[in-house]
Amino acid sequence: MPTRPQTISARPERAAGQVPTADPQGTAAPESPGFVYAPAPEATDHVRLRDRYALFIGGRFEDPADGRHRLTINPATEEPLAEVAEAGPADITRAVAAAQRAFLSWSRLAGARRARYLFRLARLVQERTRELAVVESLDGGKPIREARDVDLPLVAQHLFYHAGWADKLELAFPGAAPRPLGVCGQVIPWNFPLLMLAWKVAPALAAGNTVVLKPAETTPLTAMLFAEICQQAGLPDGVVNLVTGGPEAGARLVGEPGLAKVAFTGSTQVGQEIQRTLAGSGTRLTLELGGKAAHVIFDDAPLDQAVEGVVDGIYFNQGHVCCAGSRLLVQESIAEPFLARLTERIRRLRVGDPLDKNTDVGAINSRAQLERITTLVASGVEEGAQLFQAPCQLPTRGFWFPPSLFTEVAPSHRIAREEIFGPVLAVLTFRTAQEAVERANNTRYGLSAGVWTTKGSRILWMADRMRAGVVWANTYNRFDPAAAFGGFRESGFGREGGPAGLAAYVTLK
Amino acid sequence: MAAMTAGVAPPEVALPGPALRSVDGVGAEARAQLFASRSIKRGAKRWALDLIVRCTDLTSLEGADTPGRTATLCAKALRPDPVDPAVPPVAAVCVYPALAEPASRCLRGSPVKVAAVATGFPSGQVPAEVKLAEAAAAARVADEIDMVMDRRAFLCGRYVEVADEIAAVKAAIGGRHLKVILETGELGGYDQVRRASWLAMAAGADFIKTSTGKIQPAATLPVAVVMLEAIRDFAEATGRPVGFKAAGGIRTARQAIGYAVAVNETLGGAWLNPVRFRIGASSLLNDVLMQIAKERSGAYQAPDDFSQT
Repeated sequence: MPTRPQTISARPERAAGQVPTADPQGTAAPESPGFVYAPAPEATDHVRLRDRYALFIGGRFEDPADGRHRLTINPATEEPLAEVAEAGPADITRAVAAAQRAFLSWSRLAGARRARYLFRLARLVQERTRELAVVESLDGGKPIREARDVDLPLVAQHLFYHAGWADKLELAFPGAAPRPLGVCGQVIPWNFPLLMLAWKVAPALAAGNTVVLKPAETTPLTAMLFAEICQQAGLPDGVVNLVTGGPEAGARLVGEPGLAKVAFTGSTQVGQEIQRTLAGSGTRLTLELGGKAAHVIFDDAPLDQAVEGVVDGIYFNQGHVCCAGSRLLVQESIAEPFLARLTERIRRLRVGDPLDKNTDVGAINSRAQLERITTLVASGVEEGAQLFQAPCQLPTRGFWFPPSLFTEVAPSHRIAREEIFGPVLAVLTFRTAQEAVERANNTRYGLSAGVWTTKGSRILWMADRMRAGVVWANTYNRFDPAAAFGGFRESGFGREGGPAGLAAYVTLK
Repeated sequence: MAAMTAGVAPPEVALPGPALRSVDGVGAEARAQLFASRSIKRGAKRWALDLIVRCTDLTSLEGADTPGRTATLCAKALRPDPVDPAVPPVAAVCVYPALAEPASRCLRGSPVKVAAVATGFPSGQVPAEVKLAEAAAAARVADEIDMVMDRRAFLCGRYVEVADEIAAVKAAIGGRHLKVILETGELGGYDQVRRASWLAMAAGADFIKTSTGKIQPAATLPVAVVMLEAIRDFAEATGRPVGFKAAGGIRTARQAIGYAVAVNETLGGAWLNPVRFRIGASSLLNDVLMQIAKERSGAYQAPDDFSQT
C-alpha cells in the first residue's frame, strides 16, 4: 500500500489563516463558525405502536400457543419498542395449515384478481409510507433518509411490479403453463426488513402461492404493520401469514412438511443448514446469502463520483448489506489520491440519531452484530492492517460503530475474506485489469461487484469475468424490481426480481 | 495578447491531469440531490438565510434599466428589509457597465460592492479589443468585473485562446475582482464544465460563476457540485482558493440553501462568506427576506410587504 491512513494528507486545512485569501480588496469576512446543521428529527407522533404484537395467522392476530413474547428494542437507544410474539411449533404448524387452506382458492383466483390485491397492497404501503419508514428506522437503526428514500419506494415498486405480472404469467413463461407451487416458507433478515418481505411476498402471491413468513427477531415491527395492511386490503385470510420469533422458529418453519418451497435470505451458515434440512425432501429452495463484493476503481474513473460510490457501497445502511462493496480494489496508480479523498469524505459522514433527516450513518442493528463487527475489526488490527476510523462522536447509549477503513490489507486477512456486515471497508490495490479480476474473484462469495471506469469496453470485459450475480458499473447498490438479484457459490442460488425471480415461484411444464 | 500566453497556464493545466478528470453525470446528480434534501432547520436555517443575504449579488441586467431603477436597487442592497435592521446588506449590486457609475454613487461609503458585467455580456460575441476596452472602462468604476468566458473558442477546442483572453481581461482591469462566467448551459456536459472551471481558475479567475442568467438551463445544483469539486482540487493543487458564484434561476430560499449546503460539504466553512461565495439573483432576495421574517415572527408576510426592485 502506498499510504497509511493515519498519514494520509487530507485536503489542506481550510482555516482562515492557512490558506491565502483570494480577496484583492482586503475585505475578508471574519471566518464563519461553519454551517452547523440543527437537529432535524423526523416526527414520530403519527406512529402508534401497540405494546404487544401477536402472530398473524389466517387473517387474524393470534396469541402464541405458549404465550411467549420477545422484546424488540430501538438499537439507537436500547429502549424497548414493543413485545412481539414468539411463535412455537404449534403456531407454525397452524400457520402452514392456514396457508394451505388459503392456497386452494387463492391459486384458482384469476390473475387479474390477484393483481388487484397486490396493487391494493402497493398503494396502502405508499399511503402509510411515512409511518412505515419511521418504524423501520426505529426498529432497525437505519437512517430515516434511507428508509424514506430507498427502502419504502422499493417496497412499493416491488409490489407494483409483481402486481403487473399476476395476470401475465403465460407471457412471462410462454408455452410452459406456469402453475403455482403451494405454500412457501420464507425467512428474511433484519437489514431491509420490509423490503425483504416485499421481495419474498410479492412474487409468491403474484404467481398464486400463499406464504408463511418469519421476519428477523430484531426487526419484526414493519412486518406486523404489513399484516395490518393485508387486513386493510381485504387480502383473503391465510394468503399471507406472519410468524415472529427467533432462529428456532425459523428452523421449525423451514422444516415444516407442508411447504412446497423455502426461500431464505440471511447468513451463509444458516443457509447451509437449511439446505441440509431440505436435502431429498423435494421442497424447492432458493438462498440469498452473504457476500464480500469487490468494488474495482480504475485510474480513469470519475474520481469524485467513485468516492461517493464507494461510500454508498459500504456505509449505506451501516454496511448491513449482503451486496455491500466491502473489498475496495483500487488501481495502484491512483490509490494515494483516491484514499486521501475517501478518508476526507468519511470524516464528513454524519453519524448519529437515525431519525435525524440529515444522518448518513445510523445505529448497528443489534448488540450481537456490534460484537461481531468489533471482533472482526480487532482481528484486522491484530493481523497487521492499518485502521482508519471517522473521528465522530458516537452516542453513549445504543449500538454504534464508526465508519472504518483498513489499508495494508492482505488477501489472506480475515477482514478481506469474511463478511463483516458492518461499516468496515478493506482496501486492496491492483495493477492491471487482469489482476483486478483475479483479486475480485478470490472469494468464496459471488453476490455482487462494482466497476468504475470511463471506458465502456472495459466495463463489459470486467463484467464478463467477475463471478458475481450483479455487477454495477459506475454506480453501486442500485435496485430495480425488474432486474434479477442473486449470487454464485456461497452467496446462494436462485434469483429474485424480474422474470427470473418469478420463475422460482412457479412450476413449468 | 500573445504576450500574455507565456506564464498564463501553470504546470497544473498540463494534460492529462485533474483538469481533464472525467465526471459521471448520474453520480453528480445524485450528490446534488442529497445536498438539496438536507433538512436545514431552526438556528441553522436562520444562519443560512443571513449568509445568503450577505452573499447575494443583487442583480438587474435589463435593457430597460435606468439610473433611477439602479438607485432603487442600491437602496434595497443597502437595507434589504426596511422593517428589520438586523438584516445585513447584500454583497454587491450587479449591473451593466453603463450603470456602474450611478450604482457607485448610491453605494459610496458602504460595504456593498459594485459589480459590472463585461466582455460582450451575455454572448461574448464581440471583437477581442472591444471586450478588453469594455472591461477596462467598467473597471474604472466597478469593484468587480463579471466577464463571460468565450464559448466560441471553448467549443472549438481552442482552450489556450480562452485562457489567454481571461488573463488579458484580468490584466486590463488592474487588480479588480474578476468573476468568470462559464455559461455552463452552453458547454454541453459535466466534463466540459470541469474543464472550463479549471481553465478559468488557471488563467487567474478570482471567482468562477455558473451562468449569465440569460440562457436556460442556468445554474443547476449538479453543475455547481462539479464546479465546487474543481475549486477544491485546484486549491489542493495550487494553494489558491477560488470563489464560487451561482447565478441564474435561483428564486427560492430553499434552492439557495441547497447551494450553501453544497459549498459547505464540498469546500467547508472557509468558503461560506461573501469573499468566496456569491449568489447572483434578483427575485431570490425577497423570498429570503420573507423566510427571515417568518423565522422571526412565526408567520409569513404578504409578498407586497417587500419592495420589488
